[in-house]
Amino acid sequence: MVALSFLIWLPLLCGALAWFTEKKVKGAGNWVTLASLIGILLFSLYLGGLSDLGATSTLSWDWFARFNIHFALLYDGLALLLVVMTLALAILAVAVSWRDIEQQRGFFHFNLMFSVAGIIGVFLAADLFLFFLFWEVMLLPMTALILIWGHENRRYAAIKFFIFTQASSLLMLVAIIALALQHQSQTGELSFNIAELQSLSLSSNLEFWLMLGFFIAFAVKLPMVPLHSWLPDAHTQAPTAGSVLLAGILLKTGAYGLIRIVLPLFPQATMDFAPIAVSLGVISIIYGALMAYSQTDFKRLVAYSSISHMGFVLLALFSWHEVALQGAILTIVAHGISSAALFSMAGMIQHRIHSRELGEMGGMWASAPKMATVTLIFVMAGIGMPGMANFNGELFTLLGSYQVFPVQTIIAALAIIGSAVYGLHLFQRTFQGPANTEVTDLHMREVVYTSLLVVALLYFGLQPHLVLDLSSDTLSTLLNIAKESRP
Amino acid sequence: MQSTQDMQNLLFLVPLFPLVSSLILLLLHGRLAPIVVALLGVGSMALAAILTLLIGLEFFEQGSTAFQQVLFNWLPIAGASLDFALHLDQLSMVMMGVITGVGWMIHWYAAAYMFGDKDVQRFFVYMNLFIFAMLMLVLGDSLVLLYLGWEGVGLCSFLLIGFWQHDANNVLAAKKAFIVTRVGDTAMMLGLLILFSEFNSLHIATIVNSTVDVPQPTLWLACILLVGGAVGKSAQLPLQTWLPDAMAGPTPVSALIHAATMVTAGVYLIARMHPLFLQVEGILTIVAWIGALTLVMAGIAALAQTDIKRILAYSTMSQIGYMFLGLGALAFDGAIFHLMTHAFFKALLFLTAGSIILKMHHEQNIFKMGGLFRSLPLSSTFLLIGLLALVAFPGSSGFFSKEAILVATYQSHTAGPTLWWLGVLGAFLTSLYSFRLLFIVCFGSANHHLKEGDYSVSSQFVVPLLPLVILAVIGGFIQLNFTQVFGPSAHPHLPLWIEWLPVAVAAVGFVLAWILYFPRKAVETDERQTSALNRFCRDGLGFDWLYQQIFTKPLQFFARVNKSDIVDHFYHFVGWFNFSLNETLVVSQNGKLRWYLCGTLAGCALMLGGLLWLP
Repeated sequence: MVALSFLIWLPLLCGALAWFTEKKVKGAGNWVTLASLIGILLFSLYLGGLSDLGATSTLSWDWFARFNIHFALLYDGLALLLVVMTLALAILAVAVSWRDIEQQRGFFHFNLMFSVAGIIGVFLAADLFLFFLFWEVMLLPMTALILIWGHENRRYAAIKFFIFTQASSLLMLVAIIALALQHQSQTGELSFNIAELQSLSLSSNLEFWLMLGFFIAFAVKLPMVPLHSWLPDAHTQAPTAGSVLLAGILLKTGAYGLIRIVLPLFPQATMDFAPIAVSLGVISIIYGALMAYSQTDFKRLVAYSSISHMGFVLLALFSWHEVALQGAILTIVAHGISSAALFSMAGMIQHRIHSRELGEMGGMWASAPKMATVTLIFVMAGIGMPGMANFNGELFTLLGSYQVFPVQTIIAALAIIGSAVYGLHLFQRTFQGPANTEVTDLHMREVVYTSLLVVALLYFGLQPHLVLDLSSDTLSTLLNIAKESRP
Repeated sequence: MQSTQDMQNLLFLVPLFPLVSSLILLLLHGRLAPIVVALLGVGSMALAAILTLLIGLEFFEQGSTAFQQVLFNWLPIAGASLDFALHLDQLSMVMMGVITGVGWMIHWYAAAYMFGDKDVQRFFVYMNLFIFAMLMLVLGDSLVLLYLGWEGVGLCSFLLIGFWQHDANNVLAAKKAFIVTRVGDTAMMLGLLILFSEFNSLHIATIVNSTVDVPQPTLWLACILLVGGAVGKSAQLPLQTWLPDAMAGPTPVSALIHAATMVTAGVYLIARMHPLFLQVEGILTIVAWIGALTLVMAGIAALAQTDIKRILAYSTMSQIGYMFLGLGALAFDGAIFHLMTHAFFKALLFLTAGSIILKMHHEQNIFKMGGLFRSLPLSSTFLLIGLLALVAFPGSSGFFSKEAILVATYQSHTAGPTLWWLGVLGAFLTSLYSFRLLFIVCFGSANHHLKEGDYSVSSQFVVPLLPLVILAVIGGFIQLNFTQVFGPSAHPHLPLWIEWLPVAVAAVGFVLAWILYFPRKAVETDERQTSALNRFCRDGLGFDWLYQQIFTKPLQFFARVNKSDIVDHFYHFVGWFNFSLNETLVVSQNGKLRWYLCGTLAGCALMLGGLLWLP
């Protein structure tokens, strides 16, 4: 279906349009970006719901015929879910930076939309070459966002982010080419199509190394300890909109890659590697929580808590248990919302007191009760309060993983304590205690979008069905693969 | 049958009333007059309590058959989908009655207590939300829904302890309560994981009625982890340290959360899961020992306290110890009975203490009160009634329930005489610290500078206490029937001395308290005169210090040392190495021809040498 490709072109075009109009009329860029994002969001829902919500639709154009590379897109339930989430959080990113960005606002919007296009491309690509292309496309504008509109140490953070991602995606590129060549040697034709590559029979040694190439690329994005150290810097230095996109979506591309490529393409190697990957996931969970507690910078703290939460995704995916896989998807969605929400709060506070240091906050409940209440709700969601979305993800993950890796899961469950420790640390240092500073409370625009986030967290906490229904096809495919490859 | 279940079909409204009220108060924050806030907060509780009464009447009329109400599908766990469903049986009915009934009285009292506070609306948001969560805890038909309530009450407890959040000490106490109980919660979550992997369900009825043959060690582990959750919430050894500090909250909060309802959730959990515990050898003995040791430990600590609320906090801990002892001695009905009577008299004690503290202008030190019988006769009488029920004065509510536990302890094969003696020792300690409190607060000369005119009793403070006074006195005559949950209860016949010895030691405690503490002259409160042992007991027998050394300090040390993330240093090293390499090599690029020539020659020599040397 041709319309599918519009999901990628439209953000690019609208981004250019926003840049152009911002040049002509000051302040118009915000409105153009917002309107176009809402339009694309509706369009993506329309595409997803054409026949049946989450039904698969595909598109395949010849591209480099000589190498059998196609411009191939696949839009199924899981992709729909993540595309909608991307667009929704992009809207949030626009909303939080409504007045924050002072210089080159048009170019800012162009970069924002450019990276949205790249991210959507990653979620839709059905061809590994195309996947790699989009993987790089989303990286560049994000680096620019950090580099141009970031905070005091932005150059360092942007370069670090760029090098980490580049180095790891190089490994992925090698693995992609090796896979295509392997396909050529087995069938006489190169192929980059994910579905076709699934039928390859690889020697276990080769399968392992190729799997590792992809795994490292995705693990850096996820991020997994010890490949995580770009994230606290990137998050802290990025403008609020950048942090929202980074935490909410960009990290999820790593998880998405694991679900779409690593598990289906290399089932045997994945299972052999699972104990190590799961252990690394557990290390991420615990180390992330400990490091979060150690921080005194609001954004750094949230950044480390993201590492902890994404460790759950790694644990869940490599357990490859039905319930755990459900948990992985739920965590992806829940963490996308809750971490984006916390980063927007960080942005609001920084906008008001020009600091992210917890030591300079304290007692802000007195002057900003609304802000305190929504932050409390976001923190509670983040530390797994039942009834909120994140709890479901953690519960499902733990329930499923325990049946495959009991010891690791028990250690992972200690994060329930850890998250409480850093969560309260964050909340109490900012809003409770003697009043250190006075801030203005949330105004109307902020109330609107924070309320929407609260509603989303509660909705997915009480009704996770939508998320699970949309991803059920993908998950059952994965489970079938698992059944075949388990001895 | 359908038409006669009119009331039970409204079960969902009981938790819904406080929830809706809480949401309204939250959304209209700062826009309602205090009187409207109080009416909403207390009114929703009144509605819930009255509805509970109607449901209860119908429930008992229809033979107490368990009732299930599915609200919606909640968690579609593959292969074990969970509903958001309420379950009403004899156990949850009693719990619901205590929560809404006592909760209503405390809300009413709190409306008067907090009326002048500028944050009264926020206060009722939390209080109503707490009632909702507590009801979810006792009504949930799955362990996950129970866990939702469990965490929800923990959150509200956190918010209410730190209610006066401008004070750093309150904030600290709130954090401590949340994190220590969260340790227990984690244990409970692990228990849930084990139960799910064995029974493939988290539905309580499915688990307890399951015929799946589970190996003893696994089941033992699951049960001990559930006990871990229970001791966290119920402030039993070794997770008891948070409760005394939790007294930082407003006094009605201490009455509602830290005496009548939330802290007894652990007792409820074990009672609810008791068929599982019965299947495991030795687990109930552990529960009994936890209870017995806690009740003695808390009794000793209560003796050394000087803050009236902390005395009551340790007393609560000690009384919950009795409930655990009862659970361990297979007297599940006795434990729940004591839970109920304790809710009556401890709520009364806390609220009375609140009245006294308010009259004393927020003075909580008992040595700065004194002689209150003359100036505050009504409050002092209420205090006396509450304390008599606490020491199990024959005929009072506490007497019947404590007797039921102690008698069962003596003859149960899971407990036995040793534990019974500890229980008797506890009764002695209870009597000693209770009368110490009474004598120091109500008798002797006044150790404060308040004038007669400062005392006035508002009816708002008295009316909600009256039902509690009545229940503290006659609550023991309420016939609870748990046959459908716990099976037929045993009525053992034991020698008379076993039934009366606890009363006798309580009398000894009274006499001893009279000798030791009855104020004859002005009481010295000099800090230097308190002995080291006294300080040790007052600080909760060293547990705080121990946990500080084992957990808090290492964590803070790690946080301090590793703030900049050691992993990042490795990448810094890689970066530094590359820059250094670059700088070193830049030196060679100096534009001098002879250097280049030398370099080229050296390279050639090296390569030739290599060719010659290598095979």
